[in-house]
Amino acid sequence: MTNGSPSVTGQVLHVTGLTKSYRTAGEEVAVLRGVNLTVAAGESVALTGESGSGKSTLLHLIAGLDAADGGEIRLADAQVCELNDAARAELRRDRLGLVFQQFNLIPSLTVEDNLVFQSRIAGRHDPAWHHELVERLGLGSLLKRYPEQLSGGQQQRVAIGRALAVKPLLLLADEPTGNLDEDTADEVLALARDLVTRSGCGFLLVTHSARLAVTLDRQVNLHAGVIA
Amino acid sequence: MNGSGPITRRGFVGGALLAGFGGKALAQGFAGLGESADGFAPVVPGRTFAFPADHGPHPEFRIEWWYVTANLADANGVAYGAQWTLFRQAIAAGGPQEGWANQQIWMGHAAVTRADAHRFSQTFARGGVGQAGVEAEPFHAWIDAWEMRRLVPVNGENIAPLELKASGADFSYALRLDADRPLVLQGDGGYSRKSLREQASYYYSQPHYTAKGILTIDDRPVDVTGMAWLDREWSSQPLASDQSGWDWLSLHFNAGDKLMLYRMRQADGQHYGSGKWIAPDGKTDLLASADIMMTPLTFTEIEKRKIPTTWRIAIPRMALSIECTPLNARSWMGTSFPYWEGPIRFAGSHTGVGYLEMTGY
Amino acid sequence: MKRALWTLAVLLSHWRRHPMQLATLLIGLISATALWSGVQALNQQARNSYDRAAATFGGTRTAMLVANSGVSFPQQLFVDLRRAGWPVSPVIEGRIQIEGRSFRLLGIEPVTLPAEVGNAPTIGKADLQSFMTPPGEMLVAPETLSDLKLAEGARPQANNALLPPLRVQPNLVPGVLVVDIGIAQNLLKMPDQLSRLLIGKTTSKRASLESIAGDKLRLIEPDAETDLERLTDSFHLNLTAFGLLSFVVGLFIVNSAIGLAFEQRLPVLRTLRACGVSARMLNVVLVAELVSLALVAGLLGLACGYFIAAALLPDVAASLRGLYGAQIPGHLTLKPQWWFAGIAISILGALAAAAASLAKALRLPLLAAAQPYAWQQAQRRWLTYQSALALAAFAAAGGFLWFGDSLISGFAVLAALMLGAALILPTFLEFMLSLGQRYARQPVGIWFWADSRQQLSGLSLALMALLLALAVNVGVSTMVESFSRTFLVWLDGRLAADVYVNAANDAQATEIKAWLRERPEVEAILPGGRADTQLAGAPIEVLGLPDHATYRDNWPLLQSTEDAWNRLRPGDAALVSEQLARRLHLSVGDRIEVPASGGNWTLNVVGIYADYGNPKGQIAVNFAALTRRYPEIPLTRMGLRVASEKIPTLISALQEKFALDDRNVADQATMKAESTRIFNRTFAVTAALNAFTLGVAGIALLTSLLTLANSRLPQLAPLWALGITRRRLAVIELLKTMSVALITTIFALPLGLLVAWCLLAVVNVKAFGWRLPFHVFPTQLLWLAGVAMAAALAAAALPVIRLARMQPASLIRIFANER
Repeated sequence: MTNGSPSVTGQVLHVTGLTKSYRTAGEEVAVLRGVNLTVAAGESVALTGESGSGKSTLLHLIAGLDAADGGEIRLADAQVCELNDAARAELRRDRLGLVFQQFNLIPSLTVEDNLVFQSRIAGRHDPAWHHELVERLGLGSLLKRYPEQLSGGQQQRVAIGRALAVKPLLLLADEPTGNLDEDTADEVLALARDLVTRSGCGFLLVTHSARLAVTLDRQVNLHAGVIA
Repeated sequence: MNGSGPITRRGFVGGALLAGFGGKALAQGFAGLGESADGFAPVVPGRTFAFPADHGPHPEFRIEWWYVTANLADANGVAYGAQWTLFRQAIAAGGPQEGWANQQIWMGHAAVTRADAHRFSQTFARGGVGQAGVEAEPFHAWIDAWEMRRLVPVNGENIAPLELKASGADFSYALRLDADRPLVLQGDGGYSRKSLREQASYYYSQPHYTAKGILTIDDRPVDVTGMAWLDREWSSQPLASDQSGWDWLSLHFNAGDKLMLYRMRQADGQHYGSGKWIAPDGKTDLLASADIMMTPLTFTEIEKRKIPTTWRIAIPRMALSIECTPLNARSWMGTSFPYWEGPIRFAGSHTGVGYLEMTGY
Repeated sequence: MKRALWTLAVLLSHWRRHPMQLATLLIGLISATALWSGVQALNQQARNSYDRAAATFGGTRTAMLVANSGVSFPQQLFVDLRRAGWPVSPVIEGRIQIEGRSFRLLGIEPVTLPAEVGNAPTIGKADLQSFMTPPGEMLVAPETLSDLKLAEGARPQANNALLPPLRVQPNLVPGVLVVDIGIAQNLLKMPDQLSRLLIGKTTSKRASLESIAGDKLRLIEPDAETDLERLTDSFHLNLTAFGLLSFVVGLFIVNSAIGLAFEQRLPVLRTLRACGVSARMLNVVLVAELVSLALVAGLLGLACGYFIAAALLPDVAASLRGLYGAQIPGHLTLKPQWWFAGIAISILGALAAAAASLAKALRLPLLAAAQPYAWQQAQRRWLTYQSALALAAFAAAGGFLWFGDSLISGFAVLAALMLGAALILPTFLEFMLSLGQRYARQPVGIWFWADSRQQLSGLSLALMALLLALAVNVGVSTMVESFSRTFLVWLDGRLAADVYVNAANDAQATEIKAWLRERPEVEAILPGGRADTQLAGAPIEVLGLPDHATYRDNWPLLQSTEDAWNRLRPGDAALVSEQLARRLHLSVGDRIEVPASGGNWTLNVVGIYADYGNPKGQIAVNFAALTRRYPEIPLTRMGLRVASEKIPTLISALQEKFALDDRNVADQATMKAESTRIFNRTFAVTAALNAFTLGVAGIALLTSLLTLANSRLPQLAPLWALGITRRRLAVIELLKTMSVALITTIFALPLGLLVAWCLLAVVNVKAFGWRLPFHVFPTQLLWLAGVAMAAALAAAALPVIRLARMQPASLIRIFANER
């Protein structure tokens, strides 16, 4: 496995020398010890690793949900580590799609409102793209329902739709199928891959499942704080 | 304090006191004085004046005043002005009633002026109970503790000598006025026209007083001497409906002449002027509107009004061309019916001192 | 902006899915705003009328000159004073009857009336001429006009004369008629006479009063505070304290509703942040949401407050009239400030109640904490913290009690005491519940106690509200009951004569006495007399007591020298009322100097007596000595000792013979009934507010339980899964609520008695100047405890019934949804 070419062309994510440590029970634990990673436009990358290897931490740092200790995260032309909280929020809103293991839908909004939420606040709602998403995700008959009335697979399809509605540069997914059975997981991931290809964005999937990882363009493994 | 609007000194009189100031009154400017005089005696030419009876009140007329202004100076030459005024107004026509039913309302104004200070006070009274009034013989005019009283020995028709007293929160004065020359009937034998129509008043003056006494500002008394001028005027309707106020001057020339001038300001800009020149030998000369040129030179802003406080006055017929400057440009009488009244000095073809009064601004 | 609206829409959608929570929040805010603004409306209404009274042509705000003897003086004195530089304005006052009703007639002189006195036609105003010129005008308050059932412009008859046309003057006090002075002199048949001279504020040199008026007039200095304001301060402080308490209780509800909503929305807030809503925007939107909710609730609360005030106003007005003689109009008029203040208090209250939640949102970590919520550890920390605060509050209460010397400090003692008790309550409950847990043997029993402990933090605010409301209820009703009992005993002592007579004048009094001496059934005639004077700058009454066994046996002395009644006889000793003694720090054996007509009167204090309900200080002296010292006082009052069966015939004979009406001759029973009636109305408002407060506390408990019920499903579902029926679970839940409510109630009873003691021994002494004996009324306590438990039962019932009827599917879902 390679860390990809240093060529900048087509790269949406470029992570260099990223470090992060946590203090637990008075002890300093280095989780990331100089991670290098790139994702190109239209490329899907699976990030694997055992439990506690720091996969989710890496994803959170890329999403600007947490701050790194050192290193650099470049998202297109933005230096994520140098941005303040408001600018990171803007970055997430406009350029990133996030999908988590918990579906993180807003329970008080209908499926339709959940779908358009991020694109609306980003001010880039595209009705044609919205219709295509609804179509491809098979949500047409569920639009007026509330999240609690959906199955897990349906909820995760809504979450993917919400994340992609803004046409992000990069889709970040943290164990999106962790709560789903195998068949549903395959189906949801296939949809996600399909839509990523369709929209031309980069896709970084954190998973512990080798079975799912191999279906992506490239696999990288996080071990002992670095990408092997 | 209570009334708002451009009502003035003599303005109290015409019923402004009672009528309030609606839109019509404001449009008319000098509201009360423009009211009709129903039920009150009219002012007609050719009246024969009788003294001392005419020094007393004429309740059959709506309004009347006793008005003294004095140009004074202390031993160091510091100039002062003093004003003492008693207005009478009838709120209803008819024979005088006893006690509280009496229809007269009295208003007193008193002021002292120095270059750096202007102090004034006002007071009101109902007639009929003794709080204010005027008696002709022996002459006595009073409201509250303010009074103008004739002293002995009596000096014929000159309404002299007089004792003049007034006090406010932060000033007081007590003056003795002496005159050795007779009264002057203003206008045409005491008939003073205020417009080209029938508006007029009965008007006489004693411009020849010498004054002497004590004037106190902020508890610091000074001995003062100077000249004083008494105006007596009564009428039932002295303002025409299109007149908004007046500018009035009384001048003591250093050469001994006296001059009274006024112009009634009219809405059309054709102001109605009049005056009387009183030579030292007692000869008088009635001045017509066309003889008098009064031009404001500079303005002072007081209570959001622009008041013309220096004037150029020219009377070509009398070879007079002077510039009048106030002793204190802020001689504002901020009373219920506010107006400007204060001592002035003048120079040019003639020099001297005097008093300027401006109403309706 | 669009972004903010979208975010706001998302936040608001939460309430659509949780209408009960929204209702809770709104109910809390509405009841807080309603009670607070209702009380403020009452206070404002009363203060407005005091101001009107004080501004009525020579109320206490204006300095004035009055006759040294008699009720009027010659008008010439007015002219003389004006001529001497005094800025005085004449007033004449008297009473006239219109259609059998008596009115206060004031004659004023508008031309000299000082501007600050106000309410009159003035120079430069159009109404002056019509006021002064015949037939003049008679100015009346709108209330007077409607009392007379006359229209503006009508001319009623009085004293066989046609009155001037009536004209409404909105700022006037009811019951007063104002006319021009000349008209008033004619109507009152007092030509050239005046009652008083108002002194304007303008200063100029003036001669001394003596040099003008000799000893005919005396000066009365103005009072910055009106008499009525001073007298009624304590009454309004009382109302305000209640309003504040209800407000705080209402905020407890708001706090728990907002706290819960916030907890439930935490995941949503995180999702919003993850989707790119900045922290600043989120906080702005949270505050905007809260403010708009507070605005809605504030308006509804104001409407309710208006109705509460309107409903209580008659009782408040009656109390103030009975206690202090203050006239309050019967219909509510409110200034715009009241509405703004109400909205503001609603918003500020909501923000205060939400402060903790908002602060949490501000520091919201983007990533949820991984470890489970260590509730036990957190609860222990929280209890320790609260207990420390409680101890600080108790220390403050002690400090106020020890060092304070005012009514405000009296209320501060109460406030600190209750705050401390509320803060210590969770610790107390925790202690009781852990005691229960230790002695439980069955697994369900252990769970019962343990789960109750875990519920504490969620319920404690509501329980605190219940504690406060209950304690105040116990305190106030104990005070009222103590007062009531003491008052009745005291009335027996003060109203010792059997019949009271008030003659029209001294001559009639002499006639009546002569006539009474001939009547065999009259056992004694006890002349009475009263002089008004001043002591230490405040008005006092000097009461003359005849040297008679009636007084010696009944007078409510609190302490005295042994031979007090004998020592009164020579006229150099006095009994002093409790209020006066407290105010001037007088005790038996002290000496006082009382101004009298012929100079100061030196008196030895030989006793102190109870004089409940009298706002003025009072001293009692020998009657003969009083008439010697104050020869001018009317001697028209007398009390009679009469055999009880002869009373009705004597009264009707008196009425017939001397044309006395019911007000001028009355028997003891009537007087007592009247006094008791006034007394009872005085506490009607207190009782009503008391009930409201308890009601609000009940709502607080209900809403807390409702919101808690939803979050408790995850705890109950496993038990259900383990085989405990829903019905049994419901019973257990009910028992848990009732047990904590019971513990709270048990804690509230001694606290309430402490509050009662504070009210009787601290607040009443400062407010009214008397101290009442403290009694405990056990049946009343039991009844209140029952009410509290009923409130708790009612509040617990709804969520428990819901639980008992819950579909198994809802419980199953807990497992599916739980993270």
